[in-house]
Amino acid sequence: MSAKRLTIALAGNPNSGKTTVFNNLTGTRQKVGNWPGVTVEKKEGRVSFNGIDLTIVDLPGTYSLTPFSIEEVVARNYLLDERPDVVLDIIDASNLERSLYLATQIRELDCKVLFVLNMADVAEQRGTKIDARKMSELLDVPVVFTVGNRGEGMQELLRRAVELAGSPGGTPRQRRVKYSQDIEESIARLLGFMELKAAGPPGYDRRWTAIKLLEEDKIVTERLVAAAPQAGMEILQAAQALRRHLAERFDEEPQIVMTAERYGFIAGIVREVQSSSTQQRVDVSRTIDLVLTHRLFGFPIFIFFIWAMFQLTFTLGEYPVQAIEAGVEGISATAGAMLPEGLLRDLVVNGIIAGVGSVIVFLPNILILFFCIALFEDTGYMARSAFLMDKIMHLIGLHGKSFIPMLMGFGCNVPAIMAARTLESEKDRILTILITPFMSCSAKLPVYVVLAGAFFGPRAGSVIFGLYLLGIVLSIITGRLFRSTLLKGADAPFVMELPPYRMPMAKSLLIHMWDRSKIFLTKMGKVILVGSVVIWALSSFPRPPASSEAGKGPNAAPAAAARTSDAGGQADLEAAQRRAQKAAQTEYSLLGRIGRLMAPVFEPLGIEWRGGVALLSGFVAKEIVVSTLGVLYATGEGEEDGDLEKALMDAGMTPLSALAMMVFVLLYLPCFATTAAIRRETGSTRWMLFSIGYSTAVAWLMALFVFQGGRLIGLS
Amino acid sequence: MRLSELKQGQSATIARVGGSSLLRRRILEMGILRGTEVYVEKYAPLKDPMELIVKGYHVSLRVEEAANIDVDNVGSAS
Repeated sequence: MSAKRLTIALAGNPNSGKTTVFNNLTGTRQKVGNWPGVTVEKKEGRVSFNGIDLTIVDLPGTYSLTPFSIEEVVARNYLLDERPDVVLDIIDASNLERSLYLATQIRELDCKVLFVLNMADVAEQRGTKIDARKMSELLDVPVVFTVGNRGEGMQELLRRAVELAGSPGGTPRQRRVKYSQDIEESIARLLGFMELKAAGPPGYDRRWTAIKLLEEDKIVTERLVAAAPQAGMEILQAAQALRRHLAERFDEEPQIVMTAERYGFIAGIVREVQSSSTQQRVDVSRTIDLVLTHRLFGFPIFIFFIWAMFQLTFTLGEYPVQAIEAGVEGISATAGAMLPEGLLRDLVVNGIIAGVGSVIVFLPNILILFFCIALFEDTGYMARSAFLMDKIMHLIGLHGKSFIPMLMGFGCNVPAIMAARTLESEKDRILTILITPFMSCSAKLPVYVVLAGAFFGPRAGSVIFGLYLLGIVLSIITGRLFRSTLLKGADAPFVMELPPYRMPMAKSLLIHMWDRSKIFLTKMGKVILVGSVVIWALSSFPRPPASSEAGKGPNAAPAAAARTSDAGGQADLEAAQRRAQKAAQTEYSLLGRIGRLMAPVFEPLGIEWRGGVALLSGFVAKEIVVSTLGVLYATGEGEEDGDLEKALMDAGMTPLSALAMMVFVLLYLPCFATTAAIRRETGSTRWMLFSIGYSTAVAWLMALFVFQGGRLIGLS
Repeated sequence: MRLSELKQGQSATIARVGGSSLLRRRILEMGILRGTEVYVEKYAPLKDPMELIVKGYHVSLRVEEAANIDVDNVGSAS
């Protein structure tokens, strides 16, 4: 006999403690992924209860089931199409009235539902008591009390859920939301018409379908027509006629009237079951908010928190990063010593180990950043930061919550793009992801330091600052441009709950942090690894014929050899030869050839072909631009920067062309890891390609503008 | 009077929610509908958005969104 299986879905408002209940029910046996086709996080957990296999699905937190946001569409489609055996609706007991809005909508779907009154202890502290038995009676729904953050009531919850799954089910008609007479008549007439036509989206509750048609629900309309084109259109016409009738009768759109009536119904229930002694909340949360969103102190405190997060992520994170880098170097040295010199060693050391290294090197930053973000989210501060920043972000057509991902972009784009997950609206998320790469990441800094240092001397600092500023300005322009074209409209309304501050729970923080980091490691790691090997291959093949000497490179190798031989010494000469060989190899490789082929593209920007090759190699990671330049100009590693600078100048680079190159580095295609993150987080290869194309085009145009414009006004 | 014209610490009763159909529905679904008491907890440091207390919970609205909402029974600032 195979074990019995049941699927249980968890629904509820954001901040209702749903995630805590989910964590308590499933522990660490969770699987995190995305809902198909969208970038909404999907969490699933499996537990065994009395020999029954339970799959628990955490639906996105929503306030309603109106398909308004992507989360609501996901949650509703799951309930409608996957038909879970039981739905647990988590109700925040201290927020009964609003929680019941979603609850009544789930009830209308006619599925087996259990109400979970969570955080009743908080409600009681605030002087609110809820009569669960009466509520259960009035709505004819089983009600269970839980205290999520203490893990109380979980076993009882599972027991009742399993019990409910085994019961015959169905919702008695008299317990449903009753609308006013006019609306009920319209529902009845539409129902009658549907019965007559015997059409409706298969599997949907008829009454619910009729209600949704009167509300002009897009998805239900589409499905109705898809299921029965002919009859569907007739039903739609009937629904339209009834809508017009109701609109005239109420002087208001039917869906608005029905929303109000649902709240009317809820108000009746709340009056019956809730006894309240205080109206307004006088609690710790309000006091905290007096400080944290204070007119004067709010921003300094916010800036401090962000600064602290930045420091933790990129400064504290730097230590493990260094340790990892040292470890990777150690491993590659060991491997290098063990393997015979040749292609295999090159592949293992420069391809695979370097590739793996470039993945795990991000891990400390990502873990710390996600821990901080989880802390912000779980305490409720994230909503406050959006509250503070919304005015500014709204100017770019973004939501207040876009600020944190964009800011993190200055550190590293990979975690920054992943941080965009905190945005609820998909359009906001994509827009944020598209403009984040313009925030100059820390890997680009070495490039600026070398180039600006060489060509701008004491003004290097101002030049670098100017570059950062340019990135910000372009992100603002891009944001406004895309908001009014590609991602038009839905600048989501800022109807955002400011939940009470809560003490975060270590377990939940760690689960949160690890879930997201795991996605980075497993999903993006593979792509980054493969990409690194491909780039390695491009720069290693074909190998130059043995006879080919460094002299092939028109000027670099002899120059380098000459420079070193001035210093004298046999060892130096050998080193110079090795470098010259490496330069020749890179030049001869596919990457070098592509660079030469693309020379005409870079020429108008004042960048010669070696600069072009270095820029191409920067696709792996931006800091590599510097080392590739070093290789191509055959300057030694570990020697003073002056060498590379001199070589660059010898090769004809001017301050103006250096500036053009820096502008190009600032803006052009994001590094491989970032590209993988964009692909992953937008869930679309097209957005990734778009981002690559757009940023590179902007980079090229801006660099062209700088170089040619500079020349026009007589700079060099 | 409009909701966006209320000062910090003032309370009022919602009279009418206007604006685009989507926005209106969203606001209604969050429980901000005719007859509901609102209390203006505060404005953000940059004067936008505003924080309201409705049905015992805190919610923020942009000033431009609140400008679509008419209120009456305006109570004095406490």
